[in-house]
Amino acid sequence: MSRLEDFREEVGPSGPVCVRGGGTRWLVGGPPDGDSRQVRAPSGIVAFDPAEMTIEAGAGTPLTELSGALAEHRQEAALDGPPGSTVGGVLAVGRSSLRRIRVGSVGAALLQANCVGADGSLFTAGGPTVKNVSGYDLCRLLVGSLGTLALLGQVILRTWPSPERMLWMQGSATPEAVRLLCYRPSSVLWDGRQVSVCLEGYAQDVEVEAAALASNLGFVEVATGPVLPPHRSRWTGRLPEGGLLEVGTSVVHGPVEEPAPEPGPGVAAIVARLRSGFDPEGRLNPGRDPYRVAA
Amino acid sequence: MWRTRQRSPDPLTRDLEAAIGADHVAGGASARLLYSRDASIISGGRAGAVCLPDSTEQVAACIRIARAHGRSFVPRGAGTGLAGGAVPSDGSVVISTTRMNRILEVDVDRRIAWVEPGVINLELTRHLAGTGLHFAPDPSSQSACTIGGNVGTNAGGPHCLLYGVTSVHVAAVEVVLPDGDVVVLGEEEGDAVGYDLRGAFVGGEGTLGIATRIAVHLTPDPPAVRTMLLDFMSIEEAADTVSAVIAAGMVPSALELMDQQVVQAVEPFANAGYSLDAAAVLIVELDGLSAGVAQEAEAVELLALQNGARSVRVAADEEERARIWKGRKAAFGAIATIKPAYYLHDTVIPRTRLAEVISGVNAIAERHGLIGMNVFHAGDGNLHPLLVFDDREPGIMDHVYAASEEIVRLSLEVGGVLSGEHGIGLEKRRFMPLLFSPEDLAAQRLLRDAFDPDGVSNPDKVLPDGPSCGEIQDLPEVPEGTWV
Repeated sequence: MSRLEDFREEVGPSGPVCVRGGGTRWLVGGPPDGDSRQVRAPSGIVAFDPAEMTIEAGAGTPLTELSGALAEHRQEAALDGPPGSTVGGVLAVGRSSLRRIRVGSVGAALLQANCVGADGSLFTAGGPTVKNVSGYDLCRLLVGSLGTLALLGQVILRTWPSPERMLWMQGSATPEAVRLLCYRPSSVLWDGRQVSVCLEGYAQDVEVEAAALASNLGFVEVATGPVLPPHRSRWTGRLPEGGLLEVGTSVVHGPVEEPAPEPGPGVAAIVARLRSGFDPEGRLNPGRDPYRVAA
Repeated sequence: MWRTRQRSPDPLTRDLEAAIGADHVAGGASARLLYSRDASIISGGRAGAVCLPDSTEQVAACIRIARAHGRSFVPRGAGTGLAGGAVPSDGSVVISTTRMNRILEVDVDRRIAWVEPGVINLELTRHLAGTGLHFAPDPSSQSACTIGGNVGTNAGGPHCLLYGVTSVHVAAVEVVLPDGDVVVLGEEEGDAVGYDLRGAFVGGEGTLGIATRIAVHLTPDPPAVRTMLLDFMSIEEAADTVSAVIAAGMVPSALELMDQQVVQAVEPFANAGYSLDAAAVLIVELDGLSAGVAQEAEAVELLALQNGARSVRVAADEEERARIWKGRKAAFGAIATIKPAYYLHDTVIPRTRLAEVISGVNAIAERHGLIGMNVFHAGDGNLHPLLVFDDREPGIMDHVYAASEEIVRLSLEVGGVLSGEHGIGLEKRRFMPLLFSPEDLAAQRLLRDAFDPDGVSNPDKVLPDGPSCGEIQDLPEVPEGTWV
């Protein structure tokens, strides 16, 4: 019996269940209800063909294992999370990598998902190929859903070539000034005074752009990107004290927790129908709510 | 105005005219017939009325009136779709967005544009000339298709190999929902809080509501571009080169393959410099910063020669590059020099199986007495087999449909999917159960029902179990062979 089938049996057709990955973002969207049964998705790489630039893995696979397998062929996926994260956890939380401009959003990384639905049956969302418009894009809906619509069992992800060179530069400037000198920096972070920029690509190109930042704006190379403050919110036009803006994504990393914006009535009606359709009894990850997340 | 009317309008047309103005409604028989087709050979029902609203409010009014008359509605862009997605069910109200064609706002600093759905794809990029930005999705129909239509089908194009399909480039979308409510899904930058309803909406083929304003991401023009033309004495060598390039860790911005049949049809007219005796021609475009582009071009040339390329040509200037692309983009028009009709397919297969599937497709066409031709997005395994035929030949359509089904089945057998960029529409809904289990389809239906619980927005499309599938099959007007 496959590990996916085992997972389906473990989830079963009734009773509240919550799925645990690495537990690194366990409280995002609210803590799961105390009386939920805890389940774990299968772990391990199922298939990887570097020439297809796709990889199939159990949702419970540690992110480090996935990255390790990909790195052997100089590839990577657009999944990023704290140490200990799992593939399924990163997808369920749905936070894109800081390097989103290069690797794409986490939502675009998920090509296919074998899921267990609230009725305990298996279904497949999406398809195995890098391009696919066969039917509705359920994968987009599952990423960031905190496991409230279905539980991810096994997934196929799109991969990208790893950069030949990557470096961080830092200096005092406006984000606009930095963008004028760099073609597509993979990350631009702004704390109100300083800009940190991540350059990636072929070594010679990275060096040319780094030199331009150094000579025009006085930037210097730093070992790593800045340490991110613990809370996330959406940009409202003003950077909070101690905050850091991801330029181009409107995500603010700040020291203080901010309230989540309320969805409007039209959106709320769609959301209510989605939840009652996918999980009529509210048994999947009860207590967690993607609309309780500020960004 | 082309609309003429001899008789007094029916109650539906009268109500629509009262709400949005008589010059925004076409209720006559000729308009209803005209708007009952798209760019495919698929036919369906006859439109109940045709509306040409010019604002979000007018779109909402059209939907409310259609519903009050018990009618469904069908969003329509330029009608360039190839899967019958804009083909109405009988009596359905066609809501065309072609008059909503304003570019509302361009924010060069934040690389965002707000456009109305009827803006033509290429018009946006033309409008951006001088800003150093462009709109990346580039379907072959980009000089005619609308951005609203691109959103509906999650359109692709050659350059989505590197830059991604339409969904990647749509930041937010204002939608009139099937109940007439207006919502904005997504955010100008980054991800919206909660479920990704924007992501769910894009590619919904008009079954989830109508997009009335769209915020798109604008892509910076690459500082360096290199366009290469490679020719091969066998399709296998060309396909092996595609796999070798990807396996070597390169993602060209485009990787397009044309077989000899297509080259011979296109070259006399495009003068692109394709070799007429080559079994296959591969266009490889690399872009980015100059050193990386040069490094990749060298690597591509080496891999091509190792895999049997007979010649490698690099476009010397923009004019030569344009000619190479003109041949590729005009391919479908040039087919008319061979036979009067064609059926263009769209499936995706694993890119490592290209050679065997192409030879399988050609064998299928031959067995059915059709000419099979191939021009496609090789880099992402997105096949576009063309079946070329003379539709005046008795019985030929039976062969076209039989061959089409075999091509779909072959693509699925090797681990592929039904569509890469055209969508399911009416064309492929009957094949959905070949790819998806009843449980998979039930989950997709939940998404659809969440947006459109009453099934009034473009019914009979995408899912095989549409509520009024039977009605369309019972229509007296549906010609034999129609895919319903």
